This record gives sequence, C-alpha cells and structure tokens, in this order.
Amino acid sequence: MSEFAIEFENVTKKFGDNVLFEDFNLQIRQNEVVSIIGSSGSGKSTLLRILMTLENIDGGKVLVNGEPLWHRLHNGIWLPADERHLHRMRGQLGMVFQHFNLFPHMTVLRNITEAPIYVLGQSRESARAQAHDLLRMVGLEDKAEAYPAELSGGQKQRVGIARALAMKPSILLLDEITSALDPELVDEVLEVIRKLAAEDAFTMILVTHEMYFAREISDRVCFFDAGKVVEEGPPERIFNQPEHERTRAFLSSFLKAPSSNT
Amino acid sequence: MPVTEILTALVGGAVITMKIVVMALPLATLMAFTAGLMRISEHRSLRWLAVIYVEFFRGTSALIQLYWIYFVLPLFGLSIDAVTAGVAALGLNIGAYGSEVVRGGLLSVDKGQTEAAIALNFTPRQRLWRIILPQALVGMMPPFGNLAIELVKATSLVSLITIADLTYRAKSLADMTLQVEQIFGLVLVFYFLMAQALTLGIRALEKRLGKGMQRGGLS
Repeated sequence: MSEFAIEFENVTKKFGDNVLFEDFNLQIRQNEVVSIIGSSGSGKSTLLRILMTLENIDGGKVLVNGEPLWHRLHNGIWLPADERHLHRMRGQLGMVFQHFNLFPHMTVLRNITEAPIYVLGQSRESARAQAHDLLRMVGLEDKAEAYPAELSGGQKQRVGIARALAMKPSILLLDEITSALDPELVDEVLEVIRKLAAEDAFTMILVTHEMYFAREISDRVCFFDAGKVVEEGPPERIFNQPEHERTRAFLSSFLKAPSSNT
Repeated sequence: MPVTEILTALVGGAVITMKIVVMALPLATLMAFTAGLMRISEHRSLRWLAVIYVEFFRGTSALIQLYWIYFVLPLFGLSIDAVTAGVAALGLNIGAYGSEVVRGGLLSVDKGQTEAAIALNFTPRQRLWRIILPQALVGMMPPFGNLAIELVKATSLVSLITIADLTYRAKSLADMTLQVEQIFGLVLVFYFLMAQALTLGIRALEKRLGKGMQRGGLS
C-alpha cells in the first residue's frame, strides 16, 4: 500500500474564469487525521468534493492510495476517468455532509443498509446486523425504524456517519459536519468522531470550524487561504505559534466570533 | 323518456368513457416518464426527440391530433379503430404535459441527495431509481392528479370520432328527447364523480409514497 492515502499533485481547479486551485499540492499519510481550517471560499470543501468525485479537476493529478482518481490508464495513455473507474475508486472513500443528506423516504435502518446491499452486494441480514452495530456505536440503536424527519439534527448527523461507515471506507471525509447543528447538539456528533479518530483505523480529513475539536483530535492542521495551504503543522504549533500573518488573523477572528459558520 | 332509461343509456356511455380513461392513463404515464427522463438525459439526441414530441403535442389542438390519427393516417395506409385512435391521441397528448411534471419533479429533488448517492457509490441508474425518483414522485402527484382529471374531461373529444361515450350518448339522447336539462345535468354529475374517484385515488397514492417525508427542513 502506498505510504500516502491521498496526494494532490499540481492540481488546478477552476469555476468558470475563477481559478480556485493552481498547482495545488497536498499529501496525507495513511491513518492520518487532518483538519482543514480557513475562511469561506478558501477551497476547503472543494478539496473534499474533488476527493468524493463530486467535482472534477482541470489539471494535475489526485492519487488515492497511490492510484489516480480522475485518470485511468488505457493502452498506456492517461485518459479522463469514466464512471467505471470512478465507481471502483469511490469504494475507498466515504463522506459525511454538512446538511446530512439522509434519504428522507427511507427509515434510518434502510439509509444505512441500502448501499451495502445494492452496491457491495451484502446479504440483507449481514447489512442489517452491521447497521445495528453502527447505530449502537453512534448511540441510536432505538431509532432504526424512525424516518430522518423524526430525528434531531445531531441524531441525523450521527446516522450520516453510520451510513458512511457502513461502506467500510478507508478514508473518511467530514465536510463541516457540525455547522448546521444547534450548539447544544454539536458535542454528541463530535463524540462519535473522537471515538473514530482514537481507533486509528481511518484516514480522516475534517473541514471544520470547531477549532478546539480540530486541535484535540488532529495529527495535523492545514490553514487554507485562497486555494493555498498557507500554513500547516501539528495543532499545538498552528494554534499556539502561527507563523503567518493570515493564520494569526484568522485564528484571532475566530476567538472573537467562535460561531461564525458558512 | 323516463329518467331511469336516460340513466341506463348514460351509464353505458360512462363505462366506455371509463374504459378509454383506463387505457389512456397508462399510456400517458408511460409517455410522461419516457419523455421526462429523456429530457434530463446526457444524450443530446434523446433530449431533442423528447422536446419535439412534447412541443408538438402541447402546441397543437388535441381534437386535430385525434382527427389526424383517425382520419388522416388511414390515407397513408395506417388504419386504426376509433377506440385505439382515441386512446392514442389522448395518451400522447396528456403524456406530453405529464413529461414536464416528471422533469420538474426530478429537478426539484435536492442536489445533496444525488451527492450522497454518489458518495455511497450507487450507479447512475440506482441513483435515479432508488434515491431520486421515489422522492420526486411525491411532488409529482398533485400535478398528475390535475392531468388525470384533464384526461377524463378530454375523453369527450372521442365522441367526434364515432365512439358512443358519455358525451356522445348525451348528445344523441338530447337530440331525441329534448330533455336537455336532465340529460346534461346528469352528464355533469357523471364526469364529476369520475374525476373525484381519480382525485381520491391519487391522494391515497401521494400519502403512501410520501411516508416519512415531510416538507421543509433538512434530511
């Protein structure tokens, strides 16, 4: 297995005429927990969306476990990835969304079992057993038959985490997963992530505004600004002795307005 | 003529009207979903084919479409009996309107649903059939109900191509007996009852499809 779970090599990403990433580089080691912080529009979420194949790239290369995500080798030539290649690559990744995106027409149990059954080909029984285990892990074993509309935001997000884990990804992408929650519901979600991080079985990338949490669980923190990693390092150093003016300004603005979300 | 006899004659016509509705409704539904899905296809040619179909059947008179199918196509060697012609014209016509409902319904489902389905590695086909369509159907039901009622009422056009439906019988009875107020009064009631029956059926369907889903809020 490749030393790195994720590598961005000279990646370019544009939205129309607007260049978000240019010659962007980032490497994330296996089982590393990386938090990405920065202001809105700095490209944090786009980074995750590129990895989840929700956004294409305009140049460069993205490697997942050593293999190109957005390119496939065909007769010795690199071609843009087709749906088949993406389907194969996606199995390694899982994502939890800011706005949950649970399937409202399915019960909690079906939200978690649908993909294992129809994508991975698991039997109904084993998918259900696994779903109950996951629900127990996130503390919602009594909600299996509930519909998402009957849950609180924090409960929805814990189901979102269970749903992503049911696909057994090796890389977990967490996109501002507490930003849409009422403050009193944030902790129950972070508690689940804390447990996952402690297991050390996943590579995790968190895009977050929860600075204390990022500091607590990350191996590394990256500060993004205008599509660039301005500063990165161990959390203690980034939070205690930021070297860059930008980082300092961002962190101090956060101390003043800790609840500012996108 | 006693009202009971009029009623008997009208019931016979209503049965024919209902038959046409029952046959045209599946055709309209099939056309609506086929053209609606083609409209959001990645293939330009499929999209265009659907646009041509929809614009033709929406943009021209249903009665003239019926006349074409029944009177003009035989001139090109394609003879169709009156009921088939009626079902075809009405099904294609209502299906064209229905395809816009299907398209709108599919586009109205939150983009996050597709993204979650991609993240869980569903194939494009599974995304559509397992995730998007079941949610879109709920919102499609009220406009489908309107169209179903439109279909019931539009069946009266088939009286003009020799089919003895409710309207046809009413007209001939009225010509014969001159009891116009009773006859056309009863006909109104008949159409109304058929429309109500459809409305109730579609409401029940909407409720069943919408289980667990409530409007507003994030899922």
